[in-house]
This record gives sequence, structure tokens and C-alpha cells, in this order.
Amino acid sequence: MSEPRQEPEHALSVALQQHRPFPLDVAFGCHAGEMLALIGPSGSGKSTVLRSIAGLHTVEQGLVSCAGQTWLDTRSQHDLSVQARGVGFVFQHYGLFPHKNALENVALAVPAHHPRRQRRSIAMSWLERTNMTGLELQNPHALSGGQKQRVALARALARDPSVLLLDEPFSAVDQQTRRRLYRELAQLRSGLDIPMILVTHDIHEVQQLADSLCLIHRGKSLQQGKVQTVFNRPETKEVAKLLGHQNLLPARVAKHDDQSTWYQLGNCELVRGPLNSLPAATTVTLLIAPSAITPRLEGNSDTPSINRLHGCTRDAVGMGDEWSLRVHLDNVKKSLRFRVPTHAVDAAIVIAGQRVSLDILSSGVHAIVEGSQT
Amino acid sequence: MTPFVVSFKLALWTMLILIPVGLFTGRWLAFAQFRFKPWIESIILLPLVLPPTVIGYYLLVSFSPDSLSGSLAAQLFGQPLVFTFPGLVVASVLVNLPFAIQPLQLAYGSMPMDIREAAWVSGLSTAQTWWHIELPLIWPGLLASATLVFAHTLGEFGVVLLVGGNIDGSTRTVSIAIYDHVQSFDLRSAGLYSAALLVFSLLALGLVRVTSGSSNLTTPSAAPR
Repeated sequence: MSEPRQEPEHALSVALQQHRPFPLDVAFGCHAGEMLALIGPSGSGKSTVLRSIAGLHTVEQGLVSCAGQTWLDTRSQHDLSVQARGVGFVFQHYGLFPHKNALENVALAVPAHHPRRQRRSIAMSWLERTNMTGLELQNPHALSGGQKQRVALARALARDPSVLLLDEPFSAVDQQTRRRLYRELAQLRSGLDIPMILVTHDIHEVQQLADSLCLIHRGKSLQQGKVQTVFNRPETKEVAKLLGHQNLLPARVAKHDDQSTWYQLGNCELVRGPLNSLPAATTVTLLIAPSAITPRLEGNSDTPSINRLHGCTRDAVGMGDEWSLRVHLDNVKKSLRFRVPTHAVDAAIVIAGQRVSLDILSSGVHAIVEGSQT
Repeated sequence: MTPFVVSFKLALWTMLILIPVGLFTGRWLAFAQFRFKPWIESIILLPLVLPPTVIGYYLLVSFSPDSLSGSLAAQLFGQPLVFTFPGLVVASVLVNLPFAIQPLQLAYGSMPMDIREAAWVSGLSTAQTWWHIELPLIWPGLLASATLVFAHTLGEFGVVLLVGGNIDGSTRTVSIAIYDHVQSFDLRSAGLYSAALLVFSLLALGLVRVTSGSSNLTTPSAAPR
């Protein structure tokens, strides 16, 4: 069983394993005030992980501790009840009590040690913080998707939880509402000093909301780290593909100089990336960030580039004020995909078969060696 | 007691006993997953498909003071169950199990799971969740269950005749009185009793459908009488 990464400062530490009804083997930690995104394709097991933290799902082996308290330790058969764990949980479809108004929904979650009148005022203040003022007496069926989501968030926080768990909370609202809710959640979370776990399959959501991410696939946690680090520097080709990277080229380490490592693509072309310590001739997969690619018509550049690849336009699709381009490289028989603003490129570039050269920013080049990080 | 009083008393007792039974068993069958669940459900549904005379026969045999179950029941109730009002109540409760349990099982089962889970993560215990969340949401199912049991008991004939006999003032219900009146060609009395049962049953079913707010309420189909 994989052990949780033993960082004592983690406010929430999770390690779970099961074989049935589907395999699960995940381990991660989350600091207080940090929002960790559990990301992965549908059916990868991320919601089950969230439910296991809350105590709504029982795994065969596991260790869950939060704020110095052990919630689950299967070795000592210690399993705290859902109620005793003190989690704030926002369900995908909100799970609002349909027969109670917004205020009653939230007040019901305020800890019982508060006097009744105080519970209402606490609930009111949370509804105010989630921008629901004026809608306190509305029943869920009279609320829009975004408003339901706000009530669900207020209810989760009114519990004064030790951890906030968000299970795809934005999946049931339209794009415009989603953007507004992102902003509201970002504002709200700055005042929260508890670990927050967001389950999603949307990498853009992760980039906008989360501090760190843990990628889960087929029940296994593949990589955890800061969002930009994991996204820009995936440890394996599988992680890169799951994060949506398409520009993956087979290469070999050619040489090192003072500042860079050079990679050979195919027979002759060399690409420069940040310096690392990989031995020469190591086989790697090069990840080239789309943002690091600048296309030009071949022979049309007066600036010499030492990081230039050559190929021809395979296809180009106009998407609003951008072109989505696919350029097939000469020597490696692979394509690079990237987007460019329509005003920033020569119109001839988008013609299929057009010879183009691609200038690559070396900082956008990352070498993946299976089994280790470079 | 007039047949009307006997019938209403029987229906009231049956309903009062079956409300908690239905609430508990309906919830258990809606949420629990276990191997023999289809068989338990089938046993509960048996009164819907078996002729009431078959059920009446088995109850008559098992209530007999000569049998072990009959003698135990006689000790429990202080009198034999055959041809007595308590025996009629026990038989009526058993026959009405599907009418009590099925609407409640459906009501519990149609409740989205995340609502119950949201109550638990909000700190509500299982009992508090039942009281604050589940019971208000299954209310139409509870009303359907109680009304169906009451109305069905009023109309029960076969089992009542076999287990209760036809003792005036004790086990002679309206449906049996109708049969008696027809047998003795007193069609006027039979017609009055029949009309009263018809109106009451229609009102009861209408009330259930209006309260549930839907016309597709799923209820057990009527058993052959």
C-alpha cells in the first residue's frame, strides 16, 4: 500500500487502498488554507476518494487524519463516523433539502452547541458571505443553479468544518455562472484556514482555482504538486497525456552546455531546453508547451534561431480570433499543435502544405524520462 | 357493534399497527442491499397475488387452538384468535403488508441519496436525519400507505370471512354484511352499504392522488378478492 507523503505540516493526510468494487490506491496531503484539486477522467475514482475522506465510503485499508486527529486507521480499526469528522461537503447536485428554505438548509448544519437563535444568525452571515442576501427564505426549487451552489457552499461552511470538500461543484451551471462562482469562491477561500479539496476533470478550473493538484487515473494517484509544476513538468508521459498535452516528441539527450541541455529529434534536428543532469544518449519524451511555439513562413525570418524546427502545415482551424494549427515536423514524423492569434501570423501559414519554421522557447521544453523526473 | 363500526375499528387498528411497520420495513428494503432481499420482497407481496381464501385458509389453520402457533397466540391475546376480533386484526395486518410497505419503500427509494448524505455531513445523526429530512420527504408515501391500508381493510372479504367467521357485532364487517344482505334478497341494505364503501374508497384514493400531487403514483395493483 502506498504510504502518504509524510509531511507533518499537512493538515490533511490521506492514504487509501481497496481492490473492490474497483481498485483504489491513492496518497496525498493538503495544507491548511491550500486548495488541492483531485483531477482525472470520469470514473477515475476521485469522487470515491472525496467520499472516503468524509466517511461516506469505506475502503479496505486506509489512513485519514485531519488537524492532528485520526479519522480513519484501518490497522487499528478506528473509523470516525461521518458526523464526528466535521467535514464541509458540497455535492455535485448540491443535495439541498428540498422542503427547507435556504436559511433552514444552512441553519441545520450550524453546530448544535450554538443556541437556536444564534444558529439562525450564523446561517444568515454565511448566506451573506456567499452573496445570497435577500434569498434566504426561498426554497431550493425556486433558486437557479448558481444560487443553489451558493447555498450548498454556505451550508458546508456553516458547519465550521475541518476540511472543505467540493465534488465537481461547477458541473451543473452554465459557463457564465461558472466564471462568476470561480471568482466568488476565490474571494471566499482567502479567509479560510482549512484544507480544501476540489474534485474536477477540468484542467482550466484547476488552473484558476487550485494551488496544487493530484492527478488520479484508474484509482491511482499519479503525481501531486503545485499546479503549474505538475502541468508544465509532468513526471511521466501518461500524466502529460492525461493533462491534455499533445506535443510529445521522442528524443535523445545530445549534449549539455553551461545553461542548457540539447536534445536530438530524429536524425539531425536539435532542440534546447533547461539544463538537467541526464546522461547523454538518454531516451526521453520531449514536452513542448504550445505557448512556447512561434510559427513563421520558412525562409521568412531574418533572425537566426538556434531553436528552430521545420515542417509543413497539416491543418488549420479558425476558432474565433485564433488559429488552431497542426504542423508536421520533417525529421521526427510527428506533429506539433498550438494556437496563434489570427493577427499575429502571416495568412499563408494556415494553408495546408505550406512550409513553416517553428521557433521554440527553450523554457517551454521539458524532458520526461519514464520513472524519474528531470 | 354495527358492521360499519366493526369495519372502521378493524381498519383503524390495522392502519395504526402498519404505519410503524411500513415506515421501518419500507426504509429497510429501500436502502439495505442483501442477498435475500428479492425473496423478502416477494413474501411481502404474496397477498397481492394469492386468492384471499388461500391466505385465509392458512391463517385459519395456524390460528387453530390445536396448532402450536394458535395456542401461543391464544396465550398472548388471552383468547383464541379464530372467529374473534383480535384474530381479525392479525389477519388484516398480514394481508395488508404490501399496501403498507410498498408505497413507503418507493417513497424512500425515490429520495436522492445525496440529500441523506448531505444531512449526515451536516452533523445530523441517523435518527435526526429521519425526523428532519426523510419523514417530511416521504410524507405523500406515508399518506398513500395509510389510506390504502384503511380503504383496503374496509373492503376485505375473503380473509375476513374465513378467519373472522360472520359473528354479528364482533367480526361481521360491511363487506360481509353486503354479502349477507344479497343472500337474503335485501338489496336495499346491500345497496346502501355498497354505495357507502364506494364513496369512501373513491374519496380515500382521490385524497392520496391530490396530496401526492401526481397522477402517476405507483401503488400495488388490487388483489383478486
